[in-house]
Order: sequence, then C-alpha cells, then structure tokens
Amino acid sequence: MKAKVYVTIKQNVLDPQGSAVEGALHSLGFEEVGKVRVGKFVELELQTADRGEAEARVKAMCEKLLANTVIEDYRYELE
Amino acid sequence: MKGDRVMKFAVLVFPGSNCDIDCYKAVESTIGQPVDYVWQTSTDLSAYDAILVPGGFSYGDYLRCGAIAQFAPVMGALKQAAEDGKYILGICNGFQILTEARLLPGALLRNKALKFRCHSAKLRVVNNETPFTRDYAENELIDIPIAHGEGNYYCDEATLKELQANRQIVFRYEAGNNPNGSVDDIAGICNRAGNVVGMMPHPERAVHELLGSADGKRMFTSILNAWRERSGAAVIGG
Repeated sequence: MKAKVYVTIKQNVLDPQGSAVEGALHSLGFEEVGKVRVGKFVELELQTADRGEAEARVKAMCEKLLANTVIEDYRYELE
Repeated sequence: MKGDRVMKFAVLVFPGSNCDIDCYKAVESTIGQPVDYVWQTSTDLSAYDAILVPGGFSYGDYLRCGAIAQFAPVMGALKQAAEDGKYILGICNGFQILTEARLLPGALLRNKALKFRCHSAKLRVVNNETPFTRDYAENELIDIPIAHGEGNYYCDEATLKELQANRQIVFRYEAGNNPNGSVDDIAGICNRAGNVVGMMPHPERAVHELLGSADGKRMFTSILNAWRERSGAAVIGG
C-alpha cells in the first residue's frame, strides 16, 4: 500500500516561500494568481494490506514527525 | 562541601552540529568549568549541571529544522534534565530542536525575507531575572551575532500572551531591527520554570572583544552564578 502525505503551513501562519513564489508568478505575468502556499509532499510505501491499520499508523507518523502541528496542517491519501 | 564542586557542562553533538566547538570553548574561556562533548546516542546526562544544545544543521535540517534530532536517544535524558531543573540552553538549531521537542513553546519559521541573515544584532535583555541573564541589567542593549535562515519565531496569540504574562520573553531584537519577522520581536524565550532557554542569536560567538563583542560572556557567568547560588556557594563577580 502507498500513502501520500501533504503537509502545508497553516492558513493563519505566514508562509514566506509561498509569498515569494506568488511575487515571482505575478512578475512573470500570471496576474490571475491569488494566494500561494508552498508545502511538502511525502510518499510512503507501507508493508501492510490492512487499510484501517495503515490509516492509524500514517496519522501517528504525521502527528509525531511528518508535520509540526504548531505551524502545519496535514492530510493523506491511501492507495 | 557542595560549594567546592565544579559546575559540569555538556555540549550535545548531533550529526550536522557545527557550533559545538564554539560552545565548548566559550565555557572554557569564560568561566573555566569542565565541559564534555556528549554524542547524541548517549542516554544519560545525570553527571551534568548544564546542557548546551548547539547550533548547526542537525540531521541536515531534513524535513524541518530539529525535526529529526528531537528523537535522538539523548533527548529522553535532556527532557529528564529539564524536569530536574537543570540549566538547558539551546542556541540557533538548538532552539529549533527544543521547540520541536516541545521543551519550549512555538516554532521557528523561514525568515520572512527568505534570506539567511548572518551579522551582529542588537538585543534587548527583556528579563534579567533568569539563571541565564542575571548578570545583565534590565533592558540592557547587547550585541550578539545571528546566523540563521529559519529564526522567525512563531506562536499563536494565546501562547504569546502567556509568554508575556509569565515573563518568558528573555531577549527581543531592538525595535525596528527585527531580522527575521519573529512575533513580538522575539529573539529568545524560556520555559515556564525558567531553567530552559532557547535563542536564535549566538552568545558563544561573542565572548571576546576580538570576536567583535564580549556581550555573550555574561550569559555564561550568569549560569555559573545561578548554579553556585543554588548550590550554596559564594557567587563570583562576572
């Protein structure tokens, strides 16, 4: 099974990288771009076939290491 | 007599630490107390009275600064030392590690202007009643260098109010000279008990006029004097 984890800076926390990319896109003529947020994408291969167990384990991985919940949100997909 | 005992310092070393030697030398040259490097796989810090968590790029700063180092074997012993009231000082990457380990509240974000800032910085000593700052005057302006790309201290409103109310803000960047966008110009904070301090500036790089500033020296004399007072020994002049 594979897990795809997305980690992003919380909406109410300043994302300096997102702001820089937003400015760069504007200066390249992509004026339609509004707010930009830059995050992380983590792909995990899991040695399990049990979806319920995988979900609980991935959630624990996010809480413990993959995201810092003081400043970041996370979501994940299993496939 | 307990007062005859010397104060023992540990400098933690993680793969990627690069200010460990500076910390070690600073302890030697400012207060002449015994100091050991302690590799991150150690699980016992009971021999030490103070523990320095140095700057650098522990574990390559992969994922987030301090994110992987927070689970190094030595961190269990560090948490125990914090509970035991021992003095713990995290500098730069050490501050990031202490926040990741939740020994201090908040987190360090990428600098607002995205630039790695490496220069001397004017700091205001906001709280001179901590074991780390007692040899400074209240509101004293000191010169301590910074060198970081991710020193933008962030915490939510409620946490900030707590930090302010409990006098946990130890250092602020001088008004108008915040180099990284940190909330409330915060440069360094302590835990509620006051025995754990984290700061982005590097006092260990400011221990002699030849280094551009000797203002960091009194952090080390403060720690020694606080410890001596607690141990019932005579306090020496800084």
